Amino acid sequence: MLIKRKEFLQLGSLATASFMVPQFLKSFERVDGVPPGNKVMVILQLSGGNDGLNTVIPVRNDIYYRERPRLGIEKGSSLTLTDEVALHPALTALRELYDDGSLGVLNNVGYPNPDRSHFRSMDIWQTGSASTEYITTGWVGRYLDAQCHGCDKPTYALEIDDVLSLALKGENSKAIAMKDPKRLFGTSNEKFFRDVLKDHKPARLSQSGGNDGEETVDYLYKTMSETLSSANYIFQQSKLHPSSADYPKTELGNGLKTIASLIFSDINTKVYYISLGSFDTHVNQQMQQQRLFTELSDAVRAFTADLKKNNRFNDVLMFTFSEFGRRVSQNASGGTDHGTANNMFLIGGALKQKGIINPMPDLNDLDEGDLKYNIDFKTVYATVLKNWLDADDTAILGRKYDHLGFC
Amino acid sequence: MPVSDQLKNQHLLWRAGFGPAIYQLDDLNRTSPQKLYKAFQKASSKKPEYLQAADNYLQGLMMGFQEAGRQQRQEMSEEQKKELRKRSREGIRNLNLYWINEMVNSDAQLREKMSFFWHGHFACRNLNIFFQQELLHVIRRNALGNFRDLLHDVSKTGAMLNFLNNNQNRKDHPNENFAREVMELFTMGRGNYTEHDVKEAARAFTGWGANAKGEFVFRKFQHDDASKTVLGKTGNFDGDEVLEILLDQRQTAKFISQKIYRFFVNDSIDAQRVDWLAGRFYESDYDIGRLMEDIFTSDWFYDERNIGCKIKSPVELLVGIQRMLPMKLENEEALLLLQRLLGQILFYPPNVAGWPGGKTWIDSSTLMMRMRIPQLINDRDEFNIKPKADDDQMMGRNDDDIKTGSDNNQGRVGKAGRPINAEIDWSKYVGYYNSVPRADLVNDIAGNLLQTKKTVSADIINEYSDADDKESFIKTATIQIMSTPEYQLC
Repeated sequence: MLIKRKEFLQLGSLATASFMVPQFLKSFERVDGVPPGNKVMVILQLSGGNDGLNTVIPVRNDIYYRERPRLGIEKGSSLTLTDEVALHPALTALRELYDDGSLGVLNNVGYPNPDRSHFRSMDIWQTGSASTEYITTGWVGRYLDAQCHGCDKPTYALEIDDVLSLALKGENSKAIAMKDPKRLFGTSNEKFFRDVLKDHKPARLSQSGGNDGEETVDYLYKTMSETLSSANYIFQQSKLHPSSADYPKTELGNGLKTIASLIFSDINTKVYYISLGSFDTHVNQQMQQQRLFTELSDAVRAFTADLKKNNRFNDVLMFTFSEFGRRVSQNASGGTDHGTANNMFLIGGALKQKGIINPMPDLNDLDEGDLKYNIDFKTVYATVLKNWLDADDTAILGRKYDHLGFC
Repeated sequence: MPVSDQLKNQHLLWRAGFGPAIYQLDDLNRTSPQKLYKAFQKASSKKPEYLQAADNYLQGLMMGFQEAGRQQRQEMSEEQKKELRKRSREGIRNLNLYWINEMVNSDAQLREKMSFFWHGHFACRNLNIFFQQELLHVIRRNALGNFRDLLHDVSKTGAMLNFLNNNQNRKDHPNENFAREVMELFTMGRGNYTEHDVKEAARAFTGWGANAKGEFVFRKFQHDDASKTVLGKTGNFDGDEVLEILLDQRQTAKFISQKIYRFFVNDSIDAQRVDWLAGRFYESDYDIGRLMEDIFTSDWFYDERNIGCKIKSPVELLVGIQRMLPMKLENEEALLLLQRLLGQILFYPPNVAGWPGGKTWIDSSTLMMRMRIPQLINDRDEFNIKPKADDDQMMGRNDDDIKTGSDNNQGRVGKAGRPINAEIDWSKYVGYYNSVPRADLVNDIAGNLLQTKKTVSADIINEYSDADDKESFIKTATIQIMSTPEYQLC
């Protein structure tokens, strides 16, 4: 089912034109940068379908060990959380956060009629659609549409990557993707581009609303203008209070250090998005997950310590997700195949619910060898949008979802 | 201001093909769009050659299958299966490059452009090279033919049947995916049928499947041959009969005409024109060639408001540059890397709904990347931009882990951190401007490259172009004009 964005929310239809409004009028619009002390969200995408059962391990469950004679992780070598539950041995930093009361685990998160294609399932997670809908905007993008109405820099959401994810593309606003503020500044500020931009005069406010060439050219120039001013703004902000902490020299480590430096600045960014992968462990799962979790754990340890040291840990909510979990049974190649429901980690200094928030998956009650979901991921989105970002979750998600209690 | 014939001709070349090629520039102000279109039709009337991208190893393996049947496949070792998957992915990569080559060099521009449209309409992700090359051939063979044949043939490809899970659609255990998408995305569009219609149609498609070679098979014992009611008609329908019921609906002609109008004319629909087109499309019994002729020979197609208003898709952009600037790519992988970075990889549509197009192509990263491409091609610059991983393609490995061929320096789908290494053949291009006075160069070049009403001022192009000699000036001015927002439009 194809859903037009317009059916979703009627916001921001003027935003496209508003960049043509004279500057003096713009100053009357609200310019609400985020003052220090305000809340931000960090989304960590585990790409490829992380195996949730070997992440948060049901160490007292016979079915788990029966279905995974080779891959099951013994209680003794895992990191104990409770009598029943332990973490993957490489997730030492998460164990520390658990002890600290700064970690929450949501189990059995998923959606009805799950899709096992990476691309499609990631689409569903990133757009916040049902599995029978095709939506062309992302859920953070629609947050941006609502938040960035009439603003000249779409920096309310940033992705640490060279390419922007669908999750951060709205109808009228799209977030900025960059790996390094300095490089972004360098590449987008070539003098030629600046001169080309300066030379452009927007045609006029299109009366008909129809699409002629000029409206499209103006759209490109608007994007270009936003990119150049954002690149400048992000770069200036990144130099204000750069993090001095030691981070692991990994891609995730570098990315989280960039995020920390921006969190310490006065930038108006509310959502940061970063990915780690690939967790698509059809073969040699043990090695691959161990390597990725080590990178994750080391980077998250440095990041959370940095936030604490700078008194910002209470203002940050980080969560992880993956497009799907994996099947309960191991396969014949030392790995696992695509599955369905999965767990999510919540990390932050101000969690209202901590530890194992809801029951572990019921391995007696499977759907043809797959876990059944009992938390729709969209209720997690609704919760963070409403309770953490103070946004209109119903408008952004297109329908009303229950709110959970973790923030 | 009346639109010049040159601009009209360029408009036609961009929309009915992949833009003007350098050797066509001479004709642009000597011919009329009508004549040009006739030539297009003629060049596209030949049967397309089959693009064979599966290598000898795979073809040998496939011959083996035919002889030994399914058993052999099951007896393959893990290593062999892995090798098979790897070669298949490489096959799809080669198919991508072969087809891009057709788009750049073939005279059958209309057919390749139309095929490119259908490639997005019948969007299909499938990692089996045999399935993909067969689907592409079905599309290219029927691209300008009859939509009825195209629909029936596509619906019977292994690629589509597998992608939409119809191999799991069995009597008493229906899988509705195939039937749903056929109705929603391939024929009528949402809102024109009920959930009950989908359920009933799904029953008619039970038993439709494909063998390992990708050939259509009808599994009689899995077929539900009891009575069904679809869109008010009742009978013991099979899949073909349901497709006919869908084609009987005028809505199908309307849905297809709308989509074609958006793709070839303007993102915003002119309802009156589309109704006129759809009516004639239906009356012609779904003659695609005639529908396209109705569009490209109409006056309104050449209205000012329809010119230069579309954002080129990544493939249109990349192919268009290569048509204007003939080049040899030392590292063809770069083309795949650019497709990935810009968000459109042939044979990897985002989902069955295809690429949404229009403004969705543009965000800050893709726009800046688009404007840097001409420079990257020309300068042999390295570029350190990494595309996102695609787990459907890469089966859990990192880009860095994946190498192809014997040369370990060659990453698959273009590895970041390498120059594009293009050798542009400038001689013909520069030669074309021989007789143009220096003072007119910027305007002339811009006139040939851009479809927009206004362009970047000549002062800026002059300032950033190399004025040492005429040849360098022509080259650098061309690269600069291609590096503007206006060049993203056609």
